[in-house]
Amino acid sequence: MAVLAPTGDFRTSYRADTTIFPTLGSRAALWAGLAVLCFAPLVLDRYFLGLLINVGTLSIAALGLNILVGFSGQISIGHAAFFGLGAFASAWLHERFGIPVLLCIPIAGVMTAVVGLVFGAPAARLKGLYLAIATLAAQFILEDFFARAQWFTGGVSGRITESPVIGGFAFDREESYFYLVLAFVVVMFVAAANLMRTRDGRALVAVRDHYLSAEIMGINLAYYRTLSFGIASFYAGIGGALYAHHLLFVSVEAFNILFSIQFLGMVIIGGLGSIMGSLMGAAFMVALPEVVQSGADAIAGGALDRMLKIGGNISFLREMAIGAAIILFLIFEPDGLARRWKLIKAYWKLYPYSH
Amino acid sequence: MGDHAPILQADSVSLRFGGIRALTEVSFAVRQGEVFSVIGPNGAGKTSMLNIVSGRYRPTEGRILFDGGEITRMRPNRRAAIGIGRTFQNLALFGHMSVLDNIMVGRHHLLRSGFLSGMAWWIGGAQREELAHRREVEEIIDFLGIQHIRKAQAGTLSYGLRKQVELARAVALRPKLLLLDEPMAGMNLEEKEEMARTILDLNEEWGMTIMMIEHDMDVVMDISHRVMVLDFGRKLTEGRPEEVLVHPEVRRAYLGEDDAAPAETVPA
Repeated sequence: MAVLAPTGDFRTSYRADTTIFPTLGSRAALWAGLAVLCFAPLVLDRYFLGLLINVGTLSIAALGLNILVGFSGQISIGHAAFFGLGAFASAWLHERFGIPVLLCIPIAGVMTAVVGLVFGAPAARLKGLYLAIATLAAQFILEDFFARAQWFTGGVSGRITESPVIGGFAFDREESYFYLVLAFVVVMFVAAANLMRTRDGRALVAVRDHYLSAEIMGINLAYYRTLSFGIASFYAGIGGALYAHHLLFVSVEAFNILFSIQFLGMVIIGGLGSIMGSLMGAAFMVALPEVVQSGADAIAGGALDRMLKIGGNISFLREMAIGAAIILFLIFEPDGLARRWKLIKAYWKLYPYSH
Repeated sequence: MGDHAPILQADSVSLRFGGIRALTEVSFAVRQGEVFSVIGPNGAGKTSMLNIVSGRYRPTEGRILFDGGEITRMRPNRRAAIGIGRTFQNLALFGHMSVLDNIMVGRHHLLRSGFLSGMAWWIGGAQREELAHRREVEEIIDFLGIQHIRKAQAGTLSYGLRKQVELARAVALRPKLLLLDEPMAGMNLEEKEEMARTILDLNEEWGMTIMMIEHDMDVVMDISHRVMVLDFGRKLTEGRPEEVLVHPEVRRAYLGEDDAAPAETVPA
């Protein structure tokens, strides 16, 4: 029930009681983790760095979706379209106006947020399944727009993007781009954590938990329901822009509804209404196909492979693994990895007297 | 107590849902600084009346005046800022938030930082504002004696505690008029006594005007300055508790006396 504070960890001011990471241990672990990540490019090869960069870009977008779905209790099945909009917007801004890429990324985020506010406007009136269908419309409208708007997306041939440059230094290799993504991840996650401990973040959760009493408390329901779409789209736009300048090529087909469902999967697996959960969910989603792949590689050529012909069917095995993971999480851990992590921490905190 | 100008005035308010008349031409006034109770049998329209005052329903006819201005058509979320707070009959806490956050939501209309300054926390004063309001919220927590559960998740608390938290949240609005919908429902005698004392403190020390729906007649008679009786959407009578209690129609409609019995004896 109450928060378990370790013995001796006293808080003597309200300031000390409002920190994002509640205990000394968790703060130390955070700084240690960041320090380790800073050395990652020296140790890991490019392939793994690429995966970590993917985790970073996807987790920013997933965090946006979590603010919308987990914290505000709404639904969107068009998140990938906003992710794509951010990617194209940033590439387009750079090529058309010659704005430095590092500036293009936040501007693309704002552009995506504006479009998100437009498509989020129905949220002021719609709920549940009806809202889901309305966001589905956003997905299809944007996808169609990507395919037709040659000037913006390059049409079917896609759009080539460039790497960000600061004062002659180009983030054009995995090793350097990693630091850029890490910086964005830290800023965006801290911003979200700050949001949730202030007025507007509480208002979002209040609207989710009990909108009638939230209204009596002076919260404008329509404003906050629409605002959460704007914030979610902003995060999707930033994630998308980072994704675009990493791959250096954006294709129109990438941002389909399956990708939107994958974002929902990240949020559910990571934990609805958990900020760190968004990161865990994105990491899980990136790691899962790799694990399936290496599992398939390990048994490739063996008796099992000859019997089931797994080697040839790896692509659909991946899709099945994602589907199975979502279902298993919904059944066994509906609150996601974040809760599992909490339970593990609580277990060790009380060990060996866990009852 | 209660001899000031009216803070809330209902002017022949009617409410219809299709063919159902929930309220018919109800007029009353709540004076500044009093404890005003509304009683009546189930379905009499008490909660509908409260919903009209808090803005969830708009009356079909009639007007609501608050603090000198008309608020009949004002949106409910605007009413927090002009000084109307309420609690609900069926608990309406934000179940997944901590008790502290629940009460902080009550400060919503008093806080200024938006989502941008909120995200910036250290820059732009969001942190300073949060800490200042935290201090005020802690005063309310102290007043209601719920320090031990401030970090607990609201949805996990017992019924009586949740009622306390809901009251704390409404008090955090700093309302001039506090609407309480059955604050003692489902409580045991001890909890009722404590709640009654809290309501009186809010009224006398914190200067809040109270409008309250309550079924427990002992409590109503003990702490209200004036009582209004509703029956089938109409106002039967209004007055001091002891006057209302002996009113023949009230006794017939609410206190469950048959028509033939003499009306002089005061029920225990």
